[in-house]
Amino acid sequence: MTRSELIGIVTEKVGGLTRRDTEKIVKAILDGIKDALARGEKVEIRGFGNFRLRERRSRRARNPKTGTTVEVPIKKVPFFKVGKEMKEMVDGKTPGL
Amino acid sequence: MTKADLVNHIYEKVGLSKKEASDMVEVLFETIKESLSQGGSIKLSGFGTFSVRNKGSRRGRNPKTGVEIEIEPRRVVTFKPSVQFKTQVESGGDS
Repeated sequence: MTRSELIGIVTEKVGGLTRRDTEKIVKAILDGIKDALARGEKVEIRGFGNFRLRERRSRRARNPKTGTTVEVPIKKVPFFKVGKEMKEMVDGKTPGL
Repeated sequence: MTKADLVNHIYEKVGLSKKEASDMVEVLFETIKESLSQGGSIKLSGFGTFSVRNKGSRRGRNPKTGVEIEIEPRRVVTFKPSVQFKTQVESGGDS
């Protein structure tokens, strides 16, 4: 499913809004999540999951062209942890089994 | 940041009623969830891709007791952030 298909479905489901409205709101939601993480915050959406930052250790890497070894510094990357409800729904299993 | 903060954020930014903003957040995540449950993936340009991966069965061990068990095959959700998302996080700025 693409962004445009998702926006179509959401517009239909919510009702009373134009596609343009939905587009703007979806953008605001996704930007809100991105900005929060960029500030170092965590975003918790109950029933869905949490977005937070995960640290990648620094490592030694090599420039494949020149063969020089460089130190890649610690890096923070966005990480999504699936919520319990969605986890069980997607797996199609009864909770607790 | 919680769902309620997210609702406030779009309420201030887009100028909907609180109720509309809240419905929107609810429906958006519900729709993504349903699509993933049906095995679909969702590509959101500039944000990332949610997809479902099938994991095969494997042997696992209870770390507390050391007892070996068979972990059954399962389906899990993964999220791959877009390059833009990763870059923004690293530079720490606003979108």
